[in-house]
Amino acid sequence: MPLASYQTSVPVVVDDAKCIADKGCTVCVDVCPLDVLRISDMTNKAYMAYDECWYCMPCEADCPTGAVTVNIPYLLR
Amino acid sequence: MALDQIVDGLSEVSCDVLVIGGGTAGPMAALKAKLKNPKANVVLLEKANVKRSGAISMGMDGLNNAVIPGYATPEQYTKEITIANDGIVDQKAVYKYAQNCYKIVEELDSFGIRFLKNENGDYAVKKVHHIGSYVLPMPNGETVKKALYRQLRRARILISNRYMATRLLKSADGRIAGAISVNTRTAEMLVIKAKAVILCMGAAGRLGLPTSGYMFGTYENAANSGDGYAMAYHAGAALANLECYQINPLIKDYNGPACAYVAGPFGAFTANNEGSRFIECDYWSGQMMLEFYNELLSGKGPVFLQLKHLHPNTIEEIETTLHKVERPTRGLFQQGRGVDYRKESIEMHISEIGFCSGHSASGVFVDDNARTTVPGLYAAGDMASVPHNYMLGAFTNGAVAGVDAMEFADNHDFAEFDAADVAVERDRVMAPTKREDGIPPNQVEYKTRRLVNDYLQPPKVTRKYELGMRRLAEARQDMQEHMIARNAHELLRALEVQSIMDCADMAVHASLYREESRWGLYHWRTDFPEKDNENWFCHTLLSKQDGKMTSEKRAVEPYVVPIADDEKDLYDKQRIRATA
Repeated sequence: MPLASYQTSVPVVVDDAKCIADKGCTVCVDVCPLDVLRISDMTNKAYMAYDECWYCMPCEADCPTGAVTVNIPYLLR
Repeated sequence: MALDQIVDGLSEVSCDVLVIGGGTAGPMAALKAKLKNPKANVVLLEKANVKRSGAISMGMDGLNNAVIPGYATPEQYTKEITIANDGIVDQKAVYKYAQNCYKIVEELDSFGIRFLKNENGDYAVKKVHHIGSYVLPMPNGETVKKALYRQLRRARILISNRYMATRLLKSADGRIAGAISVNTRTAEMLVIKAKAVILCMGAAGRLGLPTSGYMFGTYENAANSGDGYAMAYHAGAALANLECYQINPLIKDYNGPACAYVAGPFGAFTANNEGSRFIECDYWSGQMMLEFYNELLSGKGPVFLQLKHLHPNTIEEIETTLHKVERPTRGLFQQGRGVDYRKESIEMHISEIGFCSGHSASGVFVDDNARTTVPGLYAAGDMASVPHNYMLGAFTNGAVAGVDAMEFADNHDFAEFDAADVAVERDRVMAPTKREDGIPPNQVEYKTRRLVNDYLQPPKVTRKYELGMRRLAEARQDMQEHMIARNAHELLRALEVQSIMDCADMAVHASLYREESRWGLYHWRTDFPEKDNENWFCHTLLSKQDGKMTSEKRAVEPYVVPIADDEKDLYDKQRIRATA
């Protein structure tokens, strides 16, 4: 069977203006217990690549520039 | 090379002691092993990153089971845990924990982790349990992981992050020989030969399915998919009392802890819709969860954690702890709903099922030296069978495992394993990457865990369990023949699903074997509604024998601390009685 992807709004938001992944920072990607963050090939900024979060917050707490925000996603709110 | 792209590779390394899992027990086990023999090589293998992995990723709000001189004795604690577990306890391991844990508290204190003290400088221990006082708040509990990590670096422990262990290796005579693992970002495989292996891989916390619509809840770190249970099983180790599920009272929808252990000592309590107490004690036990369940179904629900009657300063103190440590998004969740603890109570619900001896008693069988039934294989923390051991138990028993495993490694050479075992495992691991077309891991996982909710959530009905077993077997066949992984990250999830499936099968098997009801809601079998001490006052051990899942009885070891007849049922009396 062919696969399709479906839309989902993800909890982790990265402020591209503050994110310094393009300078080589990978802190949020490194610490994530579920390994759901990646650096975008297009923007060179961090983003949530997989919607598999448990809202634990190390990405937000450890980000050196305060670029990462963890939100409570829609279905949980 | 882009992250997640699959690389076909296989390499081999060796070490003296291999610790798998870098959450709570694992770092302590690695540290103690290395301190025991500084010349030896200790490898700490972690599926995520040791800096932020495991149940204490964001720290912990307190110790739930500290036996502090002046407040409690090891004898009292051992007695309480025995009674809370309906008597099915090998006391030796619990007693040893109770004797050792104070030393570990002092050691953690020396690492820079602070515990609440009163004006005299003594530890400010609080009462949450039914009988004794063992809860010690941690005002700067968010620092735990950082403090541990510093110690690991100082001791020069070799840390390998982003490697998921998948199977253990043994020699022909049954001794541990190492483990097979896979890189979660490249799918490259790594064989690690070791003289001793310590499993510290956490709970099976991704067994039942949260009702939120997301697959991952907020209670267990979702990385705790039961890999340790599955690996121990396939290595032939015995697993104890898996039918004694873990079920928790959690914040409804948020699916995380509220948490009564923090708020209770300040005067908060679990209330029904009338604002009345209905349970004697907020300490988590199967008996307490049964009353919680009964209240929800009685028409007197919803059930709440109530704080609003407390002084505003007290509420503020509780709020600061709850919103800073362990699950900081608790605060965000409550804010989003406009819940102010001063005005409104917190709506609670019953969680889905899991295995976790951190809170109940379902784990890989270990003795008081953290030894499993496989020579050279150890287990500690939420996945090992020492009941109700919580975070301090993970540290304390992790320390025991580290020392004993290094002694074992010092006295044994590497065991030889069969290279064919590695080849078979490599085929199993990589199979989902070899298919062009099929079912993605998230769908296999969703279906498996929905079946767990539909058929396995207590009360346990024999007919439902039999149907569940059939449906799970169908899902397993789909998993084995059709699951696909298109990159290394999906492969990680695909491997986790296989652990979840194994745990679901073990839950069914263990539950059907024990033909009585025990531990309140955890093992309430409607077809055998009574506790049957004559036939079932025993542990059950599940293991793989000749390739088949098998259960057997194991006698409870003679008690170290005797329990008087009139004390045995103290935890059965959880419901508050109306008084004239």
